[in-house]
Amino acid sequence: MLTIKNLHAEVEGKQILKGINLEIGKGETHAIMGPNGSGKSSLASVLAGRENYTVTEGEVWFNGKNLLDLSPEDRAREGVFLAFQYPVEIPGVSNLNFLKTALNEIRTYKGLPAIEGRDFLKLTKEKQQLVDFNANLMNRSLNEGFSGGEKKRNEIFQLAMLDPQLAILDETDSGLDIDALRIVSNGVNKLRDAEKSFVVITHYQRLLEYIVPDFVHVLYNGRIIKTGTKELALELEERGYDWLKEELHLKESV
Amino acid sequence: MINSNEIIDDIANKEYEFGFTTDIEMDIAPPGLNEDIIRFISAKKNEPEWLLEWRLKGFAAFKKMQFPSWQHFKMPELDLQALSYYAAPKKKVQLNSLDEVDPELLATFEKLGIPLNEQKALAGVAVDAVFDSVSVATTFKGKLKEMGVIFCSFGEAVQEYPDLVKKYLGTVVPHSDNIFAALNSAVFSDGSFTYIPKGVRCPMELSTYFRINAQNTGQFERTLIIADEGSYVSYLEGCTAPMRDENQLHAAVVELVALDHAEIKYSTVQNWYPGDKDGKGGIYNFVTKRGICKGNASKISWTQVETGSAITWKYPSVILQGDYSEGEFYSVAVVRNKQIADTGTKIHHIGKGTKSRIISKGISAGRGDNSYRGLVAVGPRADNARNFTQCDSLLIGNECGSHTFPYIESRNKTAMIEHEATTSKIGEDQIFYLNARGIDTEKAVALIVNGYVKEVLNQLPMEFAVEAQKLLSITLEGSVG
Ligand SMILES: Nc1ncnc2c1ncn2[C@@H]1O[C@H](COP(=O)(O)OP(=O)(O)OP(=O)(O)O)[C@@H](O)[C@H]1O
Ligand SMILES: [Mg+2]
Repeated sequence: MLTIKNLHAEVEGKQILKGINLEIGKGETHAIMGPNGSGKSSLASVLAGRENYTVTEGEVWFNGKNLLDLSPEDRAREGVFLAFQYPVEIPGVSNLNFLKTALNEIRTYKGLPAIEGRDFLKLTKEKQQLVDFNANLMNRSLNEGFSGGEKKRNEIFQLAMLDPQLAILDETDSGLDIDALRIVSNGVNKLRDAEKSFVVITHYQRLLEYIVPDFVHVLYNGRIIKTGTKELALELEERGYDWLKEELHLKESV
Repeated sequence: MINSNEIIDDIANKEYEFGFTTDIEMDIAPPGLNEDIIRFISAKKNEPEWLLEWRLKGFAAFKKMQFPSWQHFKMPELDLQALSYYAAPKKKVQLNSLDEVDPELLATFEKLGIPLNEQKALAGVAVDAVFDSVSVATTFKGKLKEMGVIFCSFGEAVQEYPDLVKKYLGTVVPHSDNIFAALNSAVFSDGSFTYIPKGVRCPMELSTYFRINAQNTGQFERTLIIADEGSYVSYLEGCTAPMRDENQLHAAVVELVALDHAEIKYSTVQNWYPGDKDGKGGIYNFVTKRGICKGNASKISWTQVETGSAITWKYPSVILQGDYSEGEFYSVAVVRNKQIADTGTKIHHIGKGTKSRIISKGISAGRGDNSYRGLVAVGPRADNARNFTQCDSLLIGNECGSHTFPYIESRNKTAMIEHEATTSKIGEDQIFYLNARGIDTEKAVALIVNGYVKEVLNQLPMEFAVEAQKLLSITLEGSVG
């Protein structure tokens, strides 16, 4: 579904991604871990099409389409969804109105008619229960004054509403309390199926106990330096990243 | 991927939708401002002696006045002698029915989306169409007359209802109020007149549509609305002009009078030609608008959506003379390219228990410059006066300006005055967030802006709120940088 080949990207003239290779198949869940500043959010931003990142080398293919040629909105319409590490507040725009606009933009792109008001409300109710999203937040301005955890839940609620093919969750677990982590993870698990793929960026193995990944990658200094299965996450939890960095330096100095 | 600079260029070059001119035979007086032209206008309009005297007093006041210098922009050079002070479509003499209106004129208004044919007209809206300062047609007049509502051109009112005009003309905006009002008093051409009799709730929206067409003319309309005891009226004005390289002056005066328990709601959707992206051409919109809540428990509410004009300079104001009277000002002012707006309101609390509410939403894009200027004055008699002011600025891009000048003068200890202000910016991160949900940049801006101005647009009659919303999206299309 998604193929990333030798991806290099820079921001403000600074090279951040230095040759990422990653293949994500249909229905797979990949976890990406790595120390602060290693480039995890940058990778997510480049995939979503944030303008201040410049791709200097490499390719990204999504369902046979050159993703890098598409505008951010078209990527979303094609089925790429980014749950932001830091969701943005937009005063004055109600959560509901925003979601309806987004949903209809995606539907229009796919040649579907706009959703009927009644169907929209039904869908909203259903998905709201799935991720246990507080109904009072629906009519508030988008993320404005939401607590950290509420913002994260809103990302997952949007994910459920927009039903993308590929969802990238950037540290969705940070800021969630213990119960919320369980609820949100359960919600994500319910959304998982043979057609959908997930990229879960996290620092904590705890999340991966709920959302069990097929693969775990370690991103360091703009490259994937190790790939394994969920056991790798456990090992990282115990040993940290230093041993990997040392391994890498040894390899590079040879 | 579309680069935001491209979008900016796109919009900057986008043409003003209403910029066409109408080819029509006009009576145009030679340029020049003097007593002769004032006598000429007055004679052309067959005015009574007292009105000519009033005009001449206005001219005398004008001659003693200077252009102000307190505004937050450089006063443009205005050569008032170079303007023509009378322009009227030739064919119009005395119109008895729409059939007599020049078809070219009807077509013009049709093109602007203002059908003057009553069959086609928007149900529930009566329109007075003013073309180059001359009223060319008023719809639904007959129907309104049955209820005693007078809705006609100013010139017609002078002929038909001279006592009413004489009683109220200049009582809210005196002939010597300010230099532009004085100029207007001297040379005003036409405009709109409305009288709602006692206890009548006007059954439809009254609307005046102003269209500037002629070149090198100034535009000086006068509007006078009187709501008698216990009556209600909702009035809307709209305006457009052709694209011309030189600036045109529009110096109108609007006076509102609300008697006991009466209510006037006055809405403006201003879309004069704003000039091109380098600030060439466009209308100077220097207008004096003021209402007086003369009667107890009366109410005047101004709503304005200002998107056009090279310079918008106006302060629709309310004098709260009657006890427990109420004044409101809801405003959205948008500037982009090199547009300038210096607008706001003045509320004078004179009667006791008077209340006012000011909601101002400025939007600045491109190299536009937007100022809110407001005065809340509470007099010694105004016990328990209340004011709430909310004054917000929204910036789009890095080159625009936004300023607020709120003045408060309170001479009564029991008054309560609240002022809130915010400044925010449409950030690239906000746009990206919406993009990442499948919403393109144009729509994203519209979504944010509509959310921002909702409180003001909600004040407009439904059909016009929809229009205004469209107008805002068109105006701001592509201004995110
Ligand atoms: N706009 C920018 N200008 C300059 N440097 C930037 C910019 N955005 C990101 N960076 C830098 O890119 C590097 C990677 O940042 P990124 O946010 O991708 O890290 P991360 O792996 O997500 O870290 P964390 O675990 O803390 O979320 C960091 O050094 C960061 O400072
Ligand atoms: Mg990050």
